[in-house]
Amino acid sequence: MNKISTVPIYDSAQRVSPALEEFKALFQYNNLVMQMVRRDILTRYKRSILGVAWTMLNPLGTTLVLAFVFSSVFGTENYAAYVLSGLISWTFFAQTTNACIVNLVWGGSLLRRIYVPRTVFAVSSIGTGLVNFILSLVPLLLVILVFGIPLTLNALLLPIPMLFLAMFALGVGLIVSNLAIFFADVAEMYAIVLTAWMYLSPVIYTIEALPPQYLQLLKLNPMYHLINLFRAVIYEGRLPTLQEFLISGGIALTTLLIGWLVFTRNSDEFAYRV
Amino acid sequence: MSLPTVSESPLDSMPVNETRAQPFTDSEAICLQDVCVRYRIPSERIHSFKEYAIRRLQRKVHMRDFWALQDVNLSIQRGEAFGLIGNNGAGKSTLLKLVARVFRPTSGRVLVMGHVAPLLEFGAGFHPELTGRENIYLNGALLGFTRDEMEEKFQRIVDFAELWDFIDSPMRAYSSGMWARLGFAAATDVQPDILLVDEVLSVGDEAFQRKSAERMESFHENGATIVLVSHIMTLIERMCHRAAWLDHGQIKALGSVSDVIQAYRDGQANPG
Repeated sequence: MNKISTVPIYDSAQRVSPALEEFKALFQYNNLVMQMVRRDILTRYKRSILGVAWTMLNPLGTTLVLAFVFSSVFGTENYAAYVLSGLISWTFFAQTTNACIVNLVWGGSLLRRIYVPRTVFAVSSIGTGLVNFILSLVPLLLVILVFGIPLTLNALLLPIPMLFLAMFALGVGLIVSNLAIFFADVAEMYAIVLTAWMYLSPVIYTIEALPPQYLQLLKLNPMYHLINLFRAVIYEGRLPTLQEFLISGGIALTTLLIGWLVFTRNSDEFAYRV
Repeated sequence: MSLPTVSESPLDSMPVNETRAQPFTDSEAICLQDVCVRYRIPSERIHSFKEYAIRRLQRKVHMRDFWALQDVNLSIQRGEAFGLIGNNGAGKSTLLKLVARVFRPTSGRVLVMGHVAPLLEFGAGFHPELTGRENIYLNGALLGFTRDEMEEKFQRIVDFAELWDFIDSPMRAYSSGMWARLGFAAATDVQPDILLVDEVLSVGDEAFQRKSAERMESFHENGATIVLVSHIMTLIERMCHRAAWLDHGQIKALGSVSDVIQAYRDGQANPG
């Protein structure tokens, strides 16, 4: 190899597939993703006394409140562990998709000044969310141990539902942040959508508490399957069925693909719009 | 087609180019072919999705087209220092942003060979809560450098910016001059193939201005291509070989610096 061949050539007319190009560019800029995750985590905790502990205390606090209010309603013995496992997977989804919007709009001023792959904002949002997700597993394990819920080897499968959740969140995050670039009020609308979506997902209530006719409807909600897969391995301690894996994985992969294709199709326009 | 002969001999350090598929001639660094850039501006501002949906149903979404660049053809040779002049809104910055890959042309073709250092806005990605040190790493990542490359560059960047005393303070404590110094130092640490300069020679105090001008001149002496946008004609005259006058997105004059500046001044004197 001669050295000159490393000189990059940029040709605006050569475009095979924006989706593939973006993927390659993202790979080249992997250091940027790391740095942005680092920045998000550092800046979030820099000025607070308890620092990272908040990531763990926050869901724990909410769980205490919910458990106090609802455990007699739903009558489940281990309601605290049930609600916490639902809560941290929901919080991961809600926070990361929201962060996709905030980061892309924040990055908007950047997009007009220098070139960076447009997907770094969404991908790093998911990265930050995953760090927080992993940290919030600590209080979950704590509650599980306190309530004497048996941990099985199936808990080692936990990375799989987490990966599916991350893929799904990235797909949704790409779509909503893409919309938010074009319309400023999408961010507000999405906050309302998230609230409704949470109550349509089995986060706080147990599935047994639902009238059976609603269960079929609930199954149309992708988060139903993703949260259940997460709960199966850590809360119920069972091995999920193949069908459960396939449905969740299929939802995650399809959403990610659609989000990626839509986003990269429009992303050339972003610099003009922000 | 001859295969490249890989030779370690220092005499043979001329790059061998034949093997690479050449989209444009070897000696060019930047080439614009029939480039148009269109901004679509809604004739009334539509902020919200609700408004958009209603108007869309009523078929009332009117877009006004604004052509920031129209049929621009331009070729800049490798190693050349090229000046761009013109009034505000003439399309100079848009042209630089095309080269920096910030914008994609609406039509036409943009070809760029080599590593581009965009000196468009320094410290665009600095975060006020992070320290100078952390920001250097973040900024390096924004410019596409790896972590290892940044480890190697870090020392030199801080040396050049002369900010060792403040490097571990959060950047919200920096003055705007310090902010710009760090940005300049971080953006120009390595010799780029192409340097895009947009009105930024007024960075920091006078000593630092001189230092940054010297750095750019040394890049140029070492073979970097420079595209300079400025309203300061003496600067264009001093630094550039050739220049272009952009007006309303079109190239009105192209050629030697003195001719182009003359044409621009004539155009200002008798508009129309």
